[in-house]
Amino acid sequence: MIDQILTASVLASAIRLATPYIFAGLGETFGQRSGVLNLGVDGIMLMGAFAAFYTVFTTQSLLLGVLAALLVGLLLGLATAFVSVTLKAEQGISGIGFYLFGLGMSELLYQKLIGTPKSVTGFPPLAIPGLSDIEFLGIGQIFFRHNLLVYLAFALVPISAFILNRTTFGLKIRAVGQNPEAADAMGVNVARVRYMTVMLGGLMAGLAGASLSIALLNVFQQNLTSGLGFIAVALVYFGRWRPVGVLLGALLFSFVNALQLQASVIAPNIPSEFAVMAPYAITIIALVFASKQTEKPTALTKPFERGE
Amino acid sequence: MNFRPSAVTLVFFKTFANSLLNAWPLLLAIAAAAAAASLLLLALNANPIQAFSSMLQGAFGTTNATAETLVKAIPVLFVAIGICVAFRGGVVNIGGEGQMIAGAVAGVTAALTLGPIITFGPLLIALCLVCGFLAGALYGGLAGFLKAYFNVNEILSTIMLNQVAVQMMNFLLNGPLLDPAELGTNHIPKTARIVQWAELPRLSLSLGDNFELFTRTRLHFGLVLGIILAIVIYVLLWRTTIGYRIRAVGQNERASRYAGINVRRQIVLAMFLAGGIAGLAGVVQVLGLQYRLQTDGSPTGFTGNAGFNGIVAALFGGLNPLGAIPASVVFGGLLVGAQKMQRDLGVSAALITAINGLIVVFVVSSQYYIRQRARRRLAAPTSPAAAAAERPAAAAALEQQA
Repeated sequence: MIDQILTASVLASAIRLATPYIFAGLGETFGQRSGVLNLGVDGIMLMGAFAAFYTVFTTQSLLLGVLAALLVGLLLGLATAFVSVTLKAEQGISGIGFYLFGLGMSELLYQKLIGTPKSVTGFPPLAIPGLSDIEFLGIGQIFFRHNLLVYLAFALVPISAFILNRTTFGLKIRAVGQNPEAADAMGVNVARVRYMTVMLGGLMAGLAGASLSIALLNVFQQNLTSGLGFIAVALVYFGRWRPVGVLLGALLFSFVNALQLQASVIAPNIPSEFAVMAPYAITIIALVFASKQTEKPTALTKPFERGE
Repeated sequence: MNFRPSAVTLVFFKTFANSLLNAWPLLLAIAAAAAAASLLLLALNANPIQAFSSMLQGAFGTTNATAETLVKAIPVLFVAIGICVAFRGGVVNIGGEGQMIAGAVAGVTAALTLGPIITFGPLLIALCLVCGFLAGALYGGLAGFLKAYFNVNEILSTIMLNQVAVQMMNFLLNGPLLDPAELGTNHIPKTARIVQWAELPRLSLSLGDNFELFTRTRLHFGLVLGIILAIVIYVLLWRTTIGYRIRAVGQNERASRYAGINVRRQIVLAMFLAGGIAGLAGVVQVLGLQYRLQTDGSPTGFTGNAGFNGIVAALFGGLNPLGAIPASVVFGGLLVGAQKMQRDLGVSAALITAINGLIVVFVVSSQYYIRQRARRRLAAPTSPAAAAAERPAAAAALEQQA
């Protein structure tokens, strides 16, 4: 059975399916490190996915599709930041509001503008010359025959880690998330840093949506993400607020997802419902094990108010 | 006869004026949501006034429409009451959907297995309700337990538990609980019909031939149960020590701990109650409306999104179980009215989901200003004595020496 689980095609699809988790999870990491929990990721992803799909559907331009998703993500990130930073709303609940908005709005627009199930030509696989031909352990097939967004997602992991840990901006983000009073006293504009991280998170969530609708699935339907954005938020806890941790979590989940797609072949006796259930159940277990949370940003979900 | 306001009317008037003053952020939120809805409708090439009047017609235009509105309001009301308990206890329970499913599965199983044995209807119904409550309570309590003892974020755990519950229900309805009459390849996922004496009675009033209310509609006894439950939970939250402890933890966890309250226990209890009440929503839906458990396979196939709408209604009702009653009716009206709007104007009923989201955002955003107002009122010294009391003791001592 093990040779059926670890085939090159399962592993390759695990790598591919990790893309939306990585984009959304990295974006959420920035927000949470600065002290803002954005629970509306799934809604932003849906809106981004629709924007990308509709743009590609009408213009056939993948670049414009990605740009549309980024723009929608950025705007929704701005709205999220306004509500949680400026209006200081309870972040858990307002995030659910944004989720419901994105869920309803993307369906509404889909019904209005497209209506019947359609598909688009998404990002084609891009074999990296030389590397993609490595036969040894199927490495070429597993790692080097993916579409552009997959490579981008993996490249963003070290870049995010670098920004967070080695740049002044990253230092400010961490300071604002750990001790906003001290950061404020040192002259850091807490609100501005949080606006920037939450908007960046929105941007990445939009991209995550695009990676589903114009790269991995190439379709759009009501509730396309089916809760993937919430898993991405959980991955940030699981990954201890570190980009590399998020990557590992994303790979774990995409591997489970890839297996789930093959479940009827690998283990035909298991009812398909249990295969679908697996990622969600594993998320709960993962959260229990990630619960020490000594590295959790101290100011997470706490709006900053200057003492008078 | 000239009118002289007595002291009682004055007090009443003052409270009324005060509550109006306190309600303005909520009213503002409603206005903002209506404005946003109008803009959306305009963008969709629909006339907002036409859309709203179509919705109003669809929701309350006829007796049958009103009955359907109330029918839709029932599960929303139950979930909203539960959400009040959880949110007042400082636990953000997003798991209404899953808890409702857990309750419905347990309730329908009880009805199917006990139905042939217990022929006394009220007892059978009570047993089904208890089973549904317990199942929902355990499912909700699990998230509370994980939060209290393992520090697991309850928002994330309840969302995941929702998905697990949906799949579990789909599995059961396609296998162990499938209606034997449906055995075959192309079956509809549903259980067998429950026995007749397990059904909640219909709610209708007819006085002779001239006055009839809600006859021949689907309105059922669940509405009465929901209103009774709202009153019970209101009393529990504001008139008992159990409720006091739950609310204390929700207000200030650290202070509660110093006051000797077992914070962890209150968190589990709040989620246990919230889950149980959401579970009742599921049972009542089975016993009162569908007479079986069935779904279309989609995540909201059974619940009709009541688990999420209940959150919106609870926030709308000011996290007060009594406020949840009118709020749920409004939401039932939105859901039923949206279907007519979809038929009349061709605007997808998904608009309501989007508007619900905006309402949540607006209501939660306005709460900050309510808190600020309360804080300012506390901070302002009310009398010279109070001002003196706030002065540092050392300054007062210096004054006395002089």
